Amino acid sequence: MEARTVKEIVAFCQGLFDDLDFTRAREWKAAVPGRKVIGYMPVYVPREIIHAAGMLPLGILGGGADLEVIHGDAYYQSYICRIPRSTVELAVTGRLDFVDGMIFPSICDVIRNLSGIWQILFKDKYVRYFDAPQNFREDVGGVFYSNELREFREGLEKLAGRRITDSEINASIEVYNENRLWVNRVYDFRADFPWKAPSAEVYLLMRAGMVLPPEEHTLLMREYLAAAGAQDRPMRDNCRVVLTGVFCEQPPLNLIKSLEISGCYIVDDDFLLISRWLLEDVPADGDPIENLSRAFLLNSAQTAAKYEADMEVKGRYLIDAIRKRSADGVIFAAPSFCDPALLDQPMMISRLDALKIPYITMQYAENSGQMQPIREQSGTFADSIKLWSSS
Amino acid sequence: MHTFIGIDLGSTTTKALLVDENETVLGRGITNSRSNYDVAAAVSKQEAKIGARFTLFHQALGCRGGAAKLLSTLERNFRLEQFLSELGRLEDTCMSYLDHPRFQGGKQALEESLSAVFRRIESEASEIYAPGASRKSDFFRDIAGSRFMNLAESASREAGISFETLLNIYDKSILDVESRVSPDDAVSRQFKNGLSRAFRETNGTDIAEAEAREALAKVLAIELEETYVVGTGYGRVRLPFPKEHIRSEILCHGLGAHMMFPGTRTVLDIGGQDTKGIQVDGNGIVTSFQMNDRCAAGCGRYLGYIADEMKIGLHELGPIAMKATKSVRINSTCTVFAGAELRDRLALGETRPDILAGLHRAIMLRAMSILSRSGGVTNEFTFTGGVAKNEAAVKELRQLIRENYGEMTINISPDSIYTGALGGASFARRAAIG
Amino acid sequence: MSGREVVKSNSQLVQKEMISRNYDKITDGNHKVSSTFVPGNLNELLMCFDIANNLPEINAIQNAMRKKSGDMITEAERAGHSEDVCTYVKADIGMMAKGNIAPNGKPFPVPDILLLSYTGCFTFMKWFELLREQYQCPTVMLHVPYAADGTPTKNMREYIVRQLKEDVIPALEKVSGIRFDIDRLREYLRKSAAAEDDMVWMLESTKHKPSPIDCYFGGVYYMGPIFTAFRGTDEAIEYYRLLRLEIQERIDKGLCAQTPEGDMPEEKYRLVVEGPPNWTSFRDFWHMFHESGAVVVASSYTKVGGIYDYEGFRHDPDHPLETMADYCLGVYTNRSLPTRVDMLARNIREYEADGLLINSIKSCNSFSAGQLVMMREIERITGKPAAFIETDLVDPRYFSAANVKNRLESYFQMIDQKRRLGGSAAAGM
Repeated sequence: MEARTVKEIVAFCQGLFDDLDFTRAREWKAAVPGRKVIGYMPVYVPREIIHAAGMLPLGILGGGADLEVIHGDAYYQSYICRIPRSTVELAVTGRLDFVDGMIFPSICDVIRNLSGIWQILFKDKYVRYFDAPQNFREDVGGVFYSNELREFREGLEKLAGRRITDSEINASIEVYNENRLWVNRVYDFRADFPWKAPSAEVYLLMRAGMVLPPEEHTLLMREYLAAAGAQDRPMRDNCRVVLTGVFCEQPPLNLIKSLEISGCYIVDDDFLLISRWLLEDVPADGDPIENLSRAFLLNSAQTAAKYEADMEVKGRYLIDAIRKRSADGVIFAAPSFCDPALLDQPMMISRLDALKIPYITMQYAENSGQMQPIREQSGTFADSIKLWSSS
Repeated sequence: MHTFIGIDLGSTTTKALLVDENETVLGRGITNSRSNYDVAAAVSKQEAKIGARFTLFHQALGCRGGAAKLLSTLERNFRLEQFLSELGRLEDTCMSYLDHPRFQGGKQALEESLSAVFRRIESEASEIYAPGASRKSDFFRDIAGSRFMNLAESASREAGISFETLLNIYDKSILDVESRVSPDDAVSRQFKNGLSRAFRETNGTDIAEAEAREALAKVLAIELEETYVVGTGYGRVRLPFPKEHIRSEILCHGLGAHMMFPGTRTVLDIGGQDTKGIQVDGNGIVTSFQMNDRCAAGCGRYLGYIADEMKIGLHELGPIAMKATKSVRINSTCTVFAGAELRDRLALGETRPDILAGLHRAIMLRAMSILSRSGGVTNEFTFTGGVAKNEAAVKELRQLIRENYGEMTINISPDSIYTGALGGASFARRAAIG
Repeated sequence: MSGREVVKSNSQLVQKEMISRNYDKITDGNHKVSSTFVPGNLNELLMCFDIANNLPEINAIQNAMRKKSGDMITEAERAGHSEDVCTYVKADIGMMAKGNIAPNGKPFPVPDILLLSYTGCFTFMKWFELLREQYQCPTVMLHVPYAADGTPTKNMREYIVRQLKEDVIPALEKVSGIRFDIDRLREYLRKSAAAEDDMVWMLESTKHKPSPIDCYFGGVYYMGPIFTAFRGTDEAIEYYRLLRLEIQERIDKGLCAQTPEGDMPEEKYRLVVEGPPNWTSFRDFWHMFHESGAVVVASSYTKVGGIYDYEGFRHDPDHPLETMADYCLGVYTNRSLPTRVDMLARNIREYEADGLLINSIKSCNSFSAGQLVMMREIERITGKPAAFIETDLVDPRYFSAANVKNRLESYFQMIDQKRRLGGSAAAGM
């Protein structure tokens, strides 16, 4: 088969992104009787175990900019972010009827309570609140977490009607190690040649990873890299920014485009952290539960929802990213009403101030329509960096 | 006769409605709200009683040929009489202010100018109330006010006196005039004079004047006993009624909608300042409700901002939106961004009708949220409030309801502004009779 | 309010004195001080190390009731904190910026340790991260997992116990210089259990008709000692003993609930309330209830610092660390939504309430997210009507008296009308 062009690959990804009926996932499920689909919300769940059960992990990130929320608003007051209401909208309008279970990670109290709403609304579905430990000692948090993983595995075994063996999980670990490798390669490529990999495209590519089986997604990323690498695109005099705060409720695609149009290359971000949450390969031999547990405890990313016991270390993750990607500045984009992002921000900002790293802050909603103010703000930021930075 | 009255004190207008023992609506009254709630309540109540007298007069005349015509002619002329009375009071009040020491110097000139202005308005009066004449508002303050401004401007210029001064006098006087309720005997007189005027116009009725006069006299003689009055309304100030005579505006609204459309189960009221979703049972009693009263998005006020931005009248928004050929997705209903959103879209090449249609949809989406939170939409659905008169808003709402809740009966009454007062009157009757 | 004399009973005076003494202890410079949270308040453990217990939530409430929180919040927002986040946090940070003065007029010290009891509320984590930056003081974190499926698991319990053993207790030992004595802890827990019995008695006293107390506006005072620095002390035992006597007397005399303006003349509506109260307009808010004859017979906020009635939990001195874990796991905000629904529905039935009122707090997601669903579920289960009002904890900008009064009055009248017409059939429970 002839290799696809970047345009074709992106169009394919866009199709997946726009499809709120999740047709592709439905087709996957229908292809073999007995298949199950498990939905998960941000930030991190061990997809390896779901995969090992022969199930498809499906990333649920709300309804996006084009979904009108009518019924979902009955579930939430106006001073709560949009992702839970659009997620409920998806569910009550039947778009998630083929999803057999939902996993809600411990990201904040809104998503936490959403797990309870799901229990009330969908009594016949598998619902699990996935409480990641905030204690990172192997002998304390590690023991808790390993047990949680075992419980998770048992829950999925019950749903699958069969046991999930260690070797199956190890095989899945390898698959996701591979997937993560290529995600990181795409991110590296973008950081090195941002004009060849516009963030809107990379974003769609990563969103595809929420919907496709990991093996397919890996192939897709390789395809994209080859095609994008080969393509000649004009370089622009954009400044390099790290975008942070977008780890849960997603901004409209237009916002990402607007940032780039206004003169910024996004050289790192915290979109879809699950794709890169584990920072190193997980060993694919031995006790997979212990390995996954250790990987989470000792080698995972940092985000607002994760406790940092050492004040000196707090913020280092962001600063390291800035340095690694040679970024000129940071854009803090937080969803309105987002406790994790908004509460964490002052602490991140004070660290950037101490290092004199420029930044701007903005707020958005999943369905923000006003791009003009965003463009103005980020454009001015880009200009100020280009004109006044000492580098 | 026993009558039961509901008074709904709103921020812009105060409505009153009068029913009889059988819960038949006899009269409705509306006036512009004033800072003094007592007066607003009294004036609207008087207006409702006036309405009742018209109804009773109509009943007395029966359905003979020309009865309806006589009624409408009488009404017009009654309003004319009312206007002239108030105008006279306004003039007297204005003149009395001239006795103030600060006007001593220019008292004569002021007197002449004012007199001239009032003579002019007086002469225009019959034009204002001529058959077929349209008025932007029926409130004395609005009609007299705009004429006064106009005429005073030229009069002051001609006489070389300060326009500000005339305005000043007007402002003080109108407050006084507005804080007075027409007593019953004045109203009776206005009715009688109105009837005379009516018969002086070209006839078209085969009812003899003497007969009509006698019927009117009988009607005016009927004592409209205020057996029970219930007040409602939303306000920081205490309503001017004893506690047992107050019902929450949500309950009044729910019951009022039920009275108008007994099959109602869900009511949506979009007022200027708040939006209410109300669920009622078969007896018109509220079973749950939700309000959005902090944020202007989704309220009538939002449309007001849009109209201002586009420099058009509020009533023009709907017709323009109806001309849309495609839907423009507007995501922000925040009034702070209303102008920006609009300009953005125009800059992107969208047409005004398309944008306005999108804005109407956005507002109705907000209303759908409130409805959702109040318990959804159940057949029959009644839509009240000023926005219910906006055809584009109604169109979007119908579509949204159909899409999300299925086919159902959607009721909109031209008298929906009286919903709260109707509910209040009904509560009044229930309180007295049970 | 007017110059009417506020009626204060013995127990109220005792409590006032207890609170005042605690603030003096915190600010006297002679004690080690720890800051911690009401949900997950390990007071007995702190007592083992002679550490004074400072509760920033209580400080925010004190400031709100003295009408100072508004300025503090503005100060915090000026310093860059978002409009959308918890106002307890902003009031605390604002208080610090304005001199960090305690209600007794003396400055708060830099805490010797922040005991980040991460229980039932995500914001707690960030709150103490923010404070440790300001204070540059040691912090120890206790992660209390969320009982998502209704019942906490063995794994969760063991995790907490392990953290206590490996992290919390060593940290407290280090700060205080005192070795941990588990028997001392047992003693305190024994006393906690004794006070808890009377506390539950108080909560259940409202089953009487008329209810002798208001268990929301009054309840937040009564729950004070057991939720704050006194659980485990003789003073708490004495306080609840006194309180019980007072309430019993009220029951014997057939009195209606006590309010700041005297006893209610009659009880017309019995309500269950979900959600924290508004603190900046507390008296006005209460007034709207009692002037209409509405008394609150049960509330969820009186369970925010621990639940002693639902499952009959008592601190168990025989299993000191495990019982502290159980206590933390069981606080209201750490309960799953279905559990909260069940609790409130039972309250309505067992306390013969006319309905449920939800006071939804704008800045508190832990309580608020999901309340609309809870409301509908509880209506469905009990057949009783529910009402929904929206205010905030300590930000005076978010209490609109007209708006609240309108909704409350509509609700009371709704209940009236339902009664008049025989009411709808209550669904079986």
